[in-house]
Amino acid sequence: MTRDRLTGALRSPVAFSVLAGVVIGALFLAGTGADPVTAYGAVLTGSLGADGIGSTLSTGTSVLGMALALAIPLRAGLINLGGDGQMVLGGITAAVTGLYSPLPAPLTVVLALLAGMAAGAGYAALAALCENRLGVPLLVSSLLLSYPAVSLASYLARYPLKEPGSSLPQTRRLPEGVALPAFGESTVTVGLLLVVLAAALYWFADRRTALGYEIRMTGLNPRFTAYAGVERAGLTLRLMAVSGALAGLVGAIGVLSFPYRFLDGSLTAPGYTWTGLTAALLAAAAPLGTVLASFFFAVLQVGGLAMERTTEVPRELTQVLQAIVIVFLAARLRFPRRWFGRRNRQQEAV
Amino acid sequence: MFFDTDLPMSALRALTPILLAALGGALCERAGVFNIGLEGMMLLGCFTAVTTSWFTGSPWLGVLAAALAAAAYSLVLAVGAVTLRGDAVVLGIAMNLLAVGLTSFLLRTIFGVQGTFDDPSLAGLPLIGGLSPLAYLAWAAVGVAALALSRHVWGLRLRGVGEAPDAAATLGVSPAKYKYAAVLVSGVLCGLAGAQLALGNVTLFSENMTAGRGWIAVVAVMLGRALPLGVLLAALLFGIAEAAGFRLQGLGLPQQATDAAPYVVTLGALFLTTARRRRRTSRTDRTDSTGVTA
Repeated sequence: MTRDRLTGALRSPVAFSVLAGVVIGALFLAGTGADPVTAYGAVLTGSLGADGIGSTLSTGTSVLGMALALAIPLRAGLINLGGDGQMVLGGITAAVTGLYSPLPAPLTVVLALLAGMAAGAGYAALAALCENRLGVPLLVSSLLLSYPAVSLASYLARYPLKEPGSSLPQTRRLPEGVALPAFGESTVTVGLLLVVLAAALYWFADRRTALGYEIRMTGLNPRFTAYAGVERAGLTLRLMAVSGALAGLVGAIGVLSFPYRFLDGSLTAPGYTWTGLTAALLAAAAPLGTVLASFFFAVLQVGGLAMERTTEVPRELTQVLQAIVIVFLAARLRFPRRWFGRRNRQQEAV
Repeated sequence: MFFDTDLPMSALRALTPILLAALGGALCERAGVFNIGLEGMMLLGCFTAVTTSWFTGSPWLGVLAAALAAAAYSLVLAVGAVTLRGDAVVLGIAMNLLAVGLTSFLLRTIFGVQGTFDDPSLAGLPLIGGLSPLAYLAWAAVGVAALALSRHVWGLRLRGVGEAPDAAATLGVSPAKYKYAAVLVSGVLCGLAGAQLALGNVTLFSENMTAGRGWIAVVAVMLGRALPLGVLLAALLFGIAEAAGFRLQGLGLPQQATDAAPYVVTLGALFLTTARRRRRTSRTDRTDSTGVTA
């Protein structure tokens, strides 16, 4: 990295926003009577230390998966706010497939992953159709569609598919062997590899293919690309289907990992969708940046628990930090122009 | 037994917060600022109302504090989107996220509880004829907004700023001032909506208690084409859906089905109106920020 690029990166609005978030977080910590240095130290040791790294990587699997799901349409300037619904439908579909598939266990795992992706893709495509055919903005249609999907999955887990005799709103445990292999004793599963593979494919498509170029150009200047012959409706549909498939994959991975069943709320409660969206926004949907930002937020999320244990500061502080970073980032810039004229902007940034 | 006097009353209760927030959103839309931070401002209003009411013992101070706090919070959008020319959509999303995190964080820091704060000594708003005073205020606000937008010079200038900021500036009207005013008023209205939700409809605070109502308000703005009366009709639709949902739950339908009802009804209404509007206007270019008032 040349000196010029290094200073450019440091002076970028991203670095500024992250720094501002950390500083404001420190003020919050001081305000609650905690020592910011101790608290931040606990975040780092708790998430990257030997006890926490497994947890960070398994949380990171879901965060990165959702971040990619949101980054891919975001690259073209489309915001998919229905991640929760798509993820949960993917999860419940994978659970049903896992429970009732007559195939041998390894094939069932593959089938469950594919079924989860298909469910998510179909539901996200529905939101795209709402925009294309009915003129309902994607932002709104994807978000509003999410609520009935979450309610449906919740209903299924509480009534028709409920484990008999259990007091929890959950399905039965998947049959023996219907699970993603884990690494050693950890909670990290092959799901991490799948998500990283998806990130690699996204990087390749973004950098090396004509489609990736079209997507980026649509994000930069939709009118120009429409004039140049990119059909927006078709692009929206395809991007949303890919986005929903990834969200569905995250749901399926969640079900095929511990606790090996669909438990109502276990996919949505950790807020992967919103953390993923935050990561995608922070990285401006760039592939490598999305991976880095997801890891950063997974560290925050897992480290927040460690911070809560050592300093008694509520872990919700990490959620506040994430949001503050994005508030600063959004306030500084017009979003789609970020990839344009970054060089000119460097002088005035920070 | 399904249709009795209870149903319209609970519909009116359910529509009040949506109506207040959506009016704020409509004003912003008219001024050319897309405000999707309604949910976050409302949630912050809920928390401030409950906290202030609990510490002072006065729900009225709670209402006042909620309006002030949400107005202050709305400055984030005003400064970010108007002065710094940031992306209003991203800002709005971030503000909603920040409000969820901040209120959960403060709930645990101040009250030491997680999930729900529900104390018998927490004072709620008094009811007049079964509705809180804020419900009447919401109806009055519809009239004031409708008159101001159609008759008063401020309203005309506000619309001018939203539709043609350059032309308004040439006439000596400062677009930034009108945009700031619209965003601040939307903050006040969202604060009141939050206070109504936390001290009028119920008397408690729980994490993320707005549960998508701010988003429904955003949709109500679209449905009502950012017109006060249109927004009122849209909020009414949501109120009826929510009240009917509660009623059906009483008749044995699972809660999950009725929870989803307002969103499904809203989405359905949005489909119908946008599809029809589209057919009527055939293909006109959507040049404004959101396509809401097109």
